[in-house]
Amino acid sequence: MQHLLSIVIFTPAVAALILALVLRGGSPEADRNAKWVALTATSVTFLISLFLLAGFDPSNTGFQFMEKYSWIMGFQYRVGVDGLSILFVMLTTFMMPLVIVGSWNVTDRVKEYMIAFLVLETLMVGTFVTLDLVLFYLFFEAGLIPMFLIIGIWGGKQRVYAAFKFFLYTFFGSVFMLVSIIYIYFHTGTTDMPGLLVYEFPYTPVHILGITIPGGVQTLLWLGFFISFAIKMPLWPVHTWLPAAHVQAPTAGSVVLAAVLLKLADYGFLRFSLPMFPVGNLVVGPWAMWLAVIAIIWTSLVALVQTDIKRVIAYSSVAHMAVVLLGIFSGTQQGIEGGIFMVVAHGFTSAALFLAVGVVYDRMHTREISAYGGLVKRMPAYATIFMFFTMANVGLPGTANFVGEFLILVGVFQVNTWVALFATTSVILSAAYALWLYRRVVFGDLIKESLRSITDLSTREKWIFAPLVAMTLLLGVYPDLVTNIIGPSVTQLVQNYHDALPDNLLSDLVEH
Amino acid sequence: MTSADFSIVLPEFLLAVYAMVALLAGVWFGKDKLAPTLLWITSGVMLVIAAWIGLAEVGSHEAFGGLFIDDAFSRFTKVMILVSAALVLAMGTDYMQRRGLLRFEYPILATLAVIGMMMMVSAGNLMSLYMGLELQSLALYIVAALRRESEKSSEAGLKYFVLGALSSGILLYGASLTYGFAGTTQFAGIIGVVQQGHLPIGLLFGMVFLIAGLAFKVSAVPFHMWTPDVYEGSPTPVTAFFATAPKVAAMALIARLVFDAFGQVPAEWGQILALLAGLSMVWGSVAAIGQTNIKRLMAYSSITHMGFVLLGLSAGTAEGVQAMLTYMAIYVTMNVGVFAFMLSMERDGQPVTDIKSLNQYARQDPTKALAMLVLLFSLAGVPPFLGFFAKFAVLQAALHAGYIWLVLLGVIASVVAAFYYLRIVFYMYFGKETDPLDNRMPAIQWGLLMVSALAMLLGIFNLFGIEGAAQAAAAALVN
Repeated sequence: MQHLLSIVIFTPAVAALILALVLRGGSPEADRNAKWVALTATSVTFLISLFLLAGFDPSNTGFQFMEKYSWIMGFQYRVGVDGLSILFVMLTTFMMPLVIVGSWNVTDRVKEYMIAFLVLETLMVGTFVTLDLVLFYLFFEAGLIPMFLIIGIWGGKQRVYAAFKFFLYTFFGSVFMLVSIIYIYFHTGTTDMPGLLVYEFPYTPVHILGITIPGGVQTLLWLGFFISFAIKMPLWPVHTWLPAAHVQAPTAGSVVLAAVLLKLADYGFLRFSLPMFPVGNLVVGPWAMWLAVIAIIWTSLVALVQTDIKRVIAYSSVAHMAVVLLGIFSGTQQGIEGGIFMVVAHGFTSAALFLAVGVVYDRMHTREISAYGGLVKRMPAYATIFMFFTMANVGLPGTANFVGEFLILVGVFQVNTWVALFATTSVILSAAYALWLYRRVVFGDLIKESLRSITDLSTREKWIFAPLVAMTLLLGVYPDLVTNIIGPSVTQLVQNYHDALPDNLLSDLVEH
Repeated sequence: MTSADFSIVLPEFLLAVYAMVALLAGVWFGKDKLAPTLLWITSGVMLVIAAWIGLAEVGSHEAFGGLFIDDAFSRFTKVMILVSAALVLAMGTDYMQRRGLLRFEYPILATLAVIGMMMMVSAGNLMSLYMGLELQSLALYIVAALRRESEKSSEAGLKYFVLGALSSGILLYGASLTYGFAGTTQFAGIIGVVQQGHLPIGLLFGMVFLIAGLAFKVSAVPFHMWTPDVYEGSPTPVTAFFATAPKVAAMALIARLVFDAFGQVPAEWGQILALLAGLSMVWGSVAAIGQTNIKRLMAYSSITHMGFVLLGLSAGTAEGVQAMLTYMAIYVTMNVGVFAFMLSMERDGQPVTDIKSLNQYARQDPTKALAMLVLLFSLAGVPPFLGFFAKFAVLQAALHAGYIWLVLLGVIASVVAAFYYLRIVFYMYFGKETDPLDNRMPAIQWGLLMVSALAMLLGIFNLFGIEGAAQAAAAALVN
């Protein structure tokens, strides 16, 4: 199949177009049809992407399933996957059918809702597989539009504030990436990523406004990309848009945001920061790692005092993303593999947790922790599922999250013991806020009148959680499934990274 | 006047003859009854001439001893001017007619303005420059005050006239200085006097005044004060006209002047244009935040966009000119669409301009709201729409020329600008329910809105081929 990748990218978009042009919205029948079209399209996309996985050759560290067409202004439509990106693609296509099923109860403007999610899927998959810088920026940025609408139209009470904050924050971040991209285009004359990955950007120090910048152009470009990804990730101290967006977004919006959109940043670090600007990473990377350490401790503590269930999980996401950043920036085999592993595991866990919040929110229409308590008496199945993912979030051995966190900590330990030491507190702190949240919501006596008639999970809801439970367990006990796919590409990445950094480079840079 | 000269200015000449004939016809046959027909004919004539110019043979020609230049650059901009003027005239018919504003003078004045613009982009001499500029401006002053009984419209016309006269004065002063120091008004002559990299001080002053005078016409900060008031006061179809064709003409004229007359000293005018660009981008974005009137908002939007265009031009390279032309083409297309929508904003038959009136418009008419959404995101420069590629091109040209700080300023300004475009989206999609707007929209407005929105989306496949044409046009100007 020559065009397999393009088919995966554009199937949801075509479905969205069909919905937009053919379906007349409004009636309950039309709403039902819209849901089924969306579910079919996302499921089919997932099935097609399985062919991608089946045909993928892990031992080949280059790009596979390449497609290339010339495009305007000297850019190219160029796509391909390698070991670093394929799991991101799979995560996206896997999550989307669950997201659609998870939003089966939507009643307001169903057609537009489904169109927004389908378009979003196309843009997310596109971001992960594109091999042209400008095309990457295009997919990366365009994703803001459907998400802006999802939060703004179907969100909670303060949705307008959250939507604007989300859009302007991330748009602000990415214009710096745009400037960097333009500079790269101007400097190298190409936006072709496979070519740029082996290009060595100059790293002689430059002077700007009297300040000497070690690592020169590489450092500046690294920063340009980093600002964008740090906001997207989001890293402390630019994380404040995320809790707002998460709390106000509809359940499915939160799921997509946590499971896939945040991962765009991790993918960006893997694809750009490390391989393209190794010297920049050497100069600034350690600072970024300390920011991540602050993020872990700070946001974990903040999570402890939240009164809104979704906010707790949102802050937990920020903390876990910071752990992923540590793994990637460690530049070690274990750290990077752990980072990708954690991306996948956190995708499942955070999605499940947001869906779990959605389950009780649909019934009680509140997310205040104080409104709950003693749910285990009325909702045993729910309590079990919620317990399982709370444990996974904490990083209990046997779940995929444990493997990821462990690998990351091993990797970080090799480069910086102090960072690793503080990063380890993530495990303890996450146990603290996650278990405490669980206790307050699920355990205790069922004293609230309003909770007496609450019903347990429906069959539909069980079916959403089932694949997530299965995958979390499967990867937890058999991590080779992931590491076999990403291993060779990560080895290659690590080797290129270290080859690009001569031993005495850092001291040279400082002395210049 | 030899026949060779004559054949070069034939399109302008025919348009002028048409304007005269139309004037006579209007006076002869009971005046305003003829106006709608006349307007449609005018649109048609403009489109025919645009097609004729667009398909004309290639090459550069000069007429009347260099007064008038016909090259790929002027042809590209003339097609843009004619097409946008024709579309804007046609889509405003309904609005003008129902408010009793459709006098037969309107299409004729618009035609005369267009002739002026065509002169401007072909000017090869300070005198033909001024002639074209004044022909355009005088016609536009009158059109701005077309709604005679309205105070705001009269104010718009008067304000435009007084400030326009002032800017013409500045321009003339610059022209006379230039003439005094160069000894000629011919661009080709001036460039001969300007030695490589060295500009006599008198010529420098002349150039600064000339650019200042023209900056008024493109409403670049700090010469922008008239723009919001005139946009607000004029009838909406006239505002749409202001926002498109004259901007193209004035911008092309600046390009013509700086490259043909001062092409040897790009560093000198580059920094002036860069300053104007920086101020326009920032002030246009910031000042628009508080606006609630969509016409004023579009005025500030046009100021911001002109800042970006000037940024491309300030690069002083063929790449910059190409970026500027591409930007203008995309900008004009977007504005036609947005104004087509604005023309249809009515409640109980009365035009409304408050953006709050768009509350929950997406429920009322999802298709039009979606088209507007596309255009607004495109205006904000968010990919994947064409507006992004326009911005990309100018930023690239500016970065090439070393204006790194200005590029950073520009992208930050575009984030600020995104806010006020998003506010319109906010009202359309997230706002509270209010009295709905009228559902009435003439087919031509609906069609242009849809075509322009679709163009923003489909254009990303190949930019509709304007890339090559813009490149040829830029090459003709910068050699």
